[in-house]
Amino acid sequence: MSRSPDAPARTLYDKIWDAHVVADNGDGSALIYIDRHLVHEVTSPQAFDGLRMNGRKPWRLGANLAVADHNVPTTKDRVHGIKDPISRAQVDALDANCAEFGITEFGMNDLRQGIVHVIGPEQGATLPGMTVVCGDSHTATHGAFGALAFGIGTSEVEHTLATQTLVLKKARTMLIRVNGQVGPGVTAKDITLAVIGRIGTAGGTGHVIEYAGEAIEALSMEGRMTLCNMAIEGGARAGLVAVDDKTIAYVKGRPFAPRPEQWDAAVASWKQLRSDPGAVFDTVVELDAAQIEPQVSWGTSPEMVGPVSARVPDPASVADPVKRSGMEKALAYMGLAANTPITEIAIDKVFIGSCTNSRIEDLRAAAEVVRGKRKAANVKLAMVVPGSGLVKQQAEAEGLDQVFTAAGFEWREPGCSMCLAMNADRLEPGERCASTSNRNFESRQGQGGRTHLVSPAMAAAAGIAGHFVDVRSL
Amino acid sequence: MRAFTVVTSKVAPMDRPNVDTDAIIPKQYLKSIRRTGFGPFLFDDWRYLDAGTLEIDPAARRPNPAFVLNDAKHAGAQILVARDNFGCGSSREHAVWALDDYGFRAVIAPSFADIFFSNCFKNGVLPVVLQAAEVQAIFEMVEADANAQVTIDLPAQQVRLADGRSFAFEINPHHKHNLINGLDEIGLTLQQADAIRAYEAKRRVEAPWLFN
Repeated sequence: MSRSPDAPARTLYDKIWDAHVVADNGDGSALIYIDRHLVHEVTSPQAFDGLRMNGRKPWRLGANLAVADHNVPTTKDRVHGIKDPISRAQVDALDANCAEFGITEFGMNDLRQGIVHVIGPEQGATLPGMTVVCGDSHTATHGAFGALAFGIGTSEVEHTLATQTLVLKKARTMLIRVNGQVGPGVTAKDITLAVIGRIGTAGGTGHVIEYAGEAIEALSMEGRMTLCNMAIEGGARAGLVAVDDKTIAYVKGRPFAPRPEQWDAAVASWKQLRSDPGAVFDTVVELDAAQIEPQVSWGTSPEMVGPVSARVPDPASVADPVKRSGMEKALAYMGLAANTPITEIAIDKVFIGSCTNSRIEDLRAAAEVVRGKRKAANVKLAMVVPGSGLVKQQAEAEGLDQVFTAAGFEWREPGCSMCLAMNADRLEPGERCASTSNRNFESRQGQGGRTHLVSPAMAAAAGIAGHFVDVRSL
Repeated sequence: MRAFTVVTSKVAPMDRPNVDTDAIIPKQYLKSIRRTGFGPFLFDDWRYLDAGTLEIDPAARRPNPAFVLNDAKHAGAQILVARDNFGCGSSREHAVWALDDYGFRAVIAPSFADIFFSNCFKNGVLPVVLQAAEVQAIFEMVEADANAQVTIDLPAQQVRLADGRSFAFEINPHHKHNLINGLDEIGLTLQQADAIRAYEAKRRVEAPWLFN
C-alpha cells in the first residue's frame, strides 16, 4: 500500500476518490461508488416515489440506514405518536418506504434514534475511507473520520438508491491548517466559525476542505465532527480530517464496525488515509489557533461572525456596495445597531442541540457552565436536545439532565428540533436565540427569529447571564 | 427530465448575495411528500406579509408589495438574475422544484453553492455562471427596462442581451449533454451496471468490512 518513490503525492481526498472510481466517463465526470447512504424523512419520499414509478429497487440494501429526525417532536408524549398530521405523514412515509423496500430504519421511539449525523458515527456506520452521502447538507460531519461525506439532493438520493453510485466532477482541494493550540474555553465550534469568518460562506465553493494542524489533531472525534459539520457553511460540500489513533479507537466495537477477523486489515488500510507529504492543494489557508476567541455570529449568514470581545460591525466601513447592502439588511433583520458590544446583546431563548453540537461532550461542556446556577429571568426558554437516544441515556447516567433541569433548562427527546424548526420547537417573530446550531439564516429557527451561533458553553453561559458573555471570564 | 436548449425571456432581479435555500423555500413546505406545487411558496418569507403553511391557501395571504417578484412588471420572467453564492445552505432540492414550479427555467449569477448547482441539472433548470461585471450589466438592463429580453443559448453557451451584447459561459460537457437531450441520469448509469458489479466484486476482496 505504501507509495513508490516516483508515484505522485496525493491528498486524502485524491486517495478516497481514486478508490471509488467505477468508471471515468471521459466528459469531466466519473461514476463514483457510494459505500454508505443515510436516509431521513424529509428528502427521501420523492426518491422512493421515483423508484416505484420506474419499477426500480435499491441496488444494495445493506448500504442504507434510515432514521426520522427533522420532524420528530422532542417532547416525552411522542411515545404516543406525532400530533402534527403533516409531520406525521412524512415520518409514516419513511416507515412505509423502508418497510416496502427492506431498508434498515431506527424508529422514532427506538433508543438508537437520533439525528442522522449523530447516529451514523455512533453506530459505526460511518467508517474511515468510505464515501458517505445523505440528503442533507450536514453530511459533511462524517468527514471527521477521513470519509468523503457530502450532502445530496433528492434526485441524487434516488440515484444512490437505484445504482449505489453518483456521477460526480472531481472537486478542487483546500487545506485549512490551524497551527498551535487554542486557549481555554475555545472549542471546535469556535474554530469552525472562525474559519468561516475568514474564508466566507462561498470560500470553499467547488472545494473539499481538509482540516489539519496541531489544533485539529488535538480535537476529540466529537470536536472534529463539529468542525467538519460546518464545512458546508464555508461553501465546501465536504470536510475531511486525516485518520489517526483517535479515529480508530472511536470506531472500535461499534455495531457496524468491522468484525474482529476484519479488524487488522481495516486498520492497516485506514492508516493510509492521510495526505502524502508534499501533496499539493489548490488553496491553502492558515490560522493561528491562539488568536481564535469564542465566537458569536451577529448577522444572517454564518460568515457574519466575530469574537465575543468585539462589537457588531458597522456597514458604513465596508466599501463593496453589494456586501454593505447585505450587512445593512442583516442588521435590520437582527434588530442590532452597528458598534453594539456583543456582550450587551440580550437573548430570549437558548438552544443546545443539532448535528453540530448535541453529542455527549457538548452536553458536558454546557452542563459544566450551568451547574448550580439558574437561567436568567429574561430567558423564556432554554432547551437541551440530545443528538440521539444513546447520547441522552449517557447524559442521564452522568446526571447531566438533573444539572440542566435544576438550572431551569428543559431536557428533551432527540431530534433536529429548533435547528430548523420543522417540529414544534421554534422561535417566535423577533425572538433572539443563543444557538449551538449551524445556520443563522433569516427565519431558520422560526419565522422572524434571530439566531446567534455559538458553542455549547457559550450558549449555556448566555442562558445564565441573559446576554452573551465570554466563557473565559466565568 | 425536460430538455433545455434555448430560452428567451425577460429577467427578474434578486439583488442580494448569499440567497440561501431556507429563503428560497422555507422549512414548513418541506413536509410535503410531493415533488410539485412549491411555486406559490417560492421566497415565501419575503413574498408574503403573513405567515404560511402547507395548509393555508396562498391566494388568501397578503403579498408583500415591496418584494421584487410581486412587482407586476416582472411577471412571467423565466430567468432570474442573482448575486454571489446563490442557493447556499441546505441541500433541499425543493428549492429548485420551487423555482421551476414558479416558472424559472434558468438562474444567472456570479457563483452558486455546490449542492444547489448540482440539483438544478437534475431538474432541467440551468444555472448560468457569468462574470460579476456581466451579471451587473444584466441587473442594469432590467433596471432600465423590465421587459428587455435575454436569450440563454445552451448549445452555443451564450447569454445574449437585446442590445447585441453576448456573454459566454462554461458548462461541464456531461451536464450540457444531459440537459440538451433531457436524459434520465439513473437510466444512463444503469447502462453501466456491469462496471458497478465489477467494482463491488473487487472491493469485497480489498475491503470486505464495507459490505457487512
